[in-house]
Amino acid sequence: METQIPKTLFEKVWAEHEVTQETPANPAILYIDLHLIHEVTTPQAFTLLKNQNLNVRMPKLTIGTMDHSTPTVPIHSFKDIEIAGKSAANQVRTMMQNCEDFGIELFGFESNNRGIVHVIGPELGLTQPGKTIVCGDSHTSTHGAFGALAFGIGTTEVGHVLATQCLLQRKPKTLLIEVTGLLNKGVTSKDLILAIIGQIGVDGGTGYVMEFKGKAIDNMNMEARLTICNMSIEAGAKSGMIAPDDTTYNYLYDRPRSPKDNDWEEALLRWKTLPSDSDAIYDKHISIDASKLVPMVTFGTNPGMVIGVDESVPEKKNDKSFDKALEYMQILPGKPITNNEVDVVFIGSCTNSRINDLQQAADILKGRKISKGVKMLIVPGSQKIKKEAEELGLDKIFISAGAQWRESGCSMCLGMNGDTVKSGKLSVSTSNRNFEGRQGKGARTILASPLTAAASAIEGRVADPRHYL
Amino acid sequence: MKPLKHIESNTVALPTVDIDTDQIIPARFLTTTTREGLGDNLFHDWRYTNDGKENPNFLLNQNHNKDCQILIAGNNFGCGSSREHAPWALMDYGFKAVISTKIADIFKSNSLKNGLLPIIVDEETLNELVRQSGEKITINVEKSEMTISNNKKISYEIDEFSKYCLVEGIDQLGYLQRHTIEIKKFEKMRTWTP
Repeated sequence: METQIPKTLFEKVWAEHEVTQETPANPAILYIDLHLIHEVTTPQAFTLLKNQNLNVRMPKLTIGTMDHSTPTVPIHSFKDIEIAGKSAANQVRTMMQNCEDFGIELFGFESNNRGIVHVIGPELGLTQPGKTIVCGDSHTSTHGAFGALAFGIGTTEVGHVLATQCLLQRKPKTLLIEVTGLLNKGVTSKDLILAIIGQIGVDGGTGYVMEFKGKAIDNMNMEARLTICNMSIEAGAKSGMIAPDDTTYNYLYDRPRSPKDNDWEEALLRWKTLPSDSDAIYDKHISIDASKLVPMVTFGTNPGMVIGVDESVPEKKNDKSFDKALEYMQILPGKPITNNEVDVVFIGSCTNSRINDLQQAADILKGRKISKGVKMLIVPGSQKIKKEAEELGLDKIFISAGAQWRESGCSMCLGMNGDTVKSGKLSVSTSNRNFEGRQGKGARTILASPLTAAASAIEGRVADPRHYL
Repeated sequence: MKPLKHIESNTVALPTVDIDTDQIIPARFLTTTTREGLGDNLFHDWRYTNDGKENPNFLLNQNHNKDCQILIAGNNFGCGSSREHAPWALMDYGFKAVISTKIADIFKSNSLKNGLLPIIVDEETLNELVRQSGEKITINVEKSEMTISNNKKISYEIDEFSKYCLVEGIDQLGYLQRHTIEIKKFEKMRTWTP
């Protein structure tokens, strides 16, 4: 009998989707199982289709939502969308028209399924192990938490998928990230991924698909795993993946778009073959000890500039880019990060807006008030999560603590929908990017977990959540 | 896409590392439905002061840099968001090539699909190019070779297929469409359907 070459999870999913294999002269043609679209990165792709008189090859494999330029205030009419400007409203209108013209299912304003694109995929059971998933959004890596191969693409590629259901791709390399030990109380998957990015750098994953494994990962629920894969792009990785297991299957069982009955049984058999073979070889391998980690916060202008919340900000080091980041942040080097007073706290985004994230924030905020002068926005990742949180009474906890409770959307993660941090203000945010001006021109962002964000809102300065647990 | 065979231009260097696509084009300018006109807001928050005037300290605002077609950038250029608006803005402004020691995957892919040439060089070469910024270099796209000052030739690596598309001005969608038979066959043969 021929011996099978051991394969990684990534290699198995890749091989199953090769329409043609790559050669030195030509990239592979990769088939795409699920294409998620939103209003910001699609209009130019639809224009191309219209100009070339092309159809969408598989309209059923594309699903649309509205999140990026969509406001998080209740929307009763188009007037409410214009809060983010006339061009944002036009973009939303264009999205609705394009989906109608090409027969694509869109979760619009009236839909209970609307939400952040990377939140609704898993929530509806569209995101499944072994699928190839793309979206014109870099945080598509999120879906890899289910053992899918999921990555962000540009608008030209959105057009390619719409027209052909395929993409031209070079095969990336594989990077195994082995997480040993278990996370301590108050330390979350957000802290773990920030620590990993700090360790390998914001370009440490470039050219690689990451696979996360280890006991700490096995013990995580799906929401925590989604946070990890979500931020693998922040280390430059093509995608982040976690092998499916019982946690994955239990999450997916009976979701609206999960396979049903016999199809479920068949899918389960197929999914169970996906985890990497024990002797599979990776191009690179690193490890990190979860038990040594504390809650993490960023201090600079990229997610790799990160320290423990109980540490001091590093000194300037005569490195222009590093020093420029510290100057932008107006954070004193050599002093505890907890010295910094906070103006805004944002809990939300495709990184940390799921029910478990909100529950964690509520556990700290319950019966407490946020500091005077702090503006706190809590934005659920989807309309379903909003409803679920309200059924659990979380909204009441947030509102009585002094926070604002909103409709779903990307909100303050990227300041293009009316929710922004004002110039010079310091924000502790559960989102994924602390780039200059990401949350609004001149805004200063510290990335943290929902626990750390909630504790910081109470103290009015960067705070260690372990004091509240 | 127009064929890109030859670039000859002075260079401008932004040696800051990890320049992300939010710096190249901030999110608030992405509420457009076209590709055109983004060059006006390229590097907006570095290029303009709070009152909307050109920041005289920013290199692109200095007269001798205004017509540069080649950008030399610090390591890991184009990281962050997948927005294709980043290469659109760079091209709309007039750039035809970006040179760095590392260029983020999605930005690189987007650039190649629009005719913006991403070139990866080693650290020593990058430092040399930064030192010589402002001087003219020529790029022979077909040969994957740059000629810098003192007629020094530097070759670089680029994916063959991407180079072919750049040089010939070929749209990659056309390549995919020519494989419709294979795509149909794949759809018919696969053991499960998504």
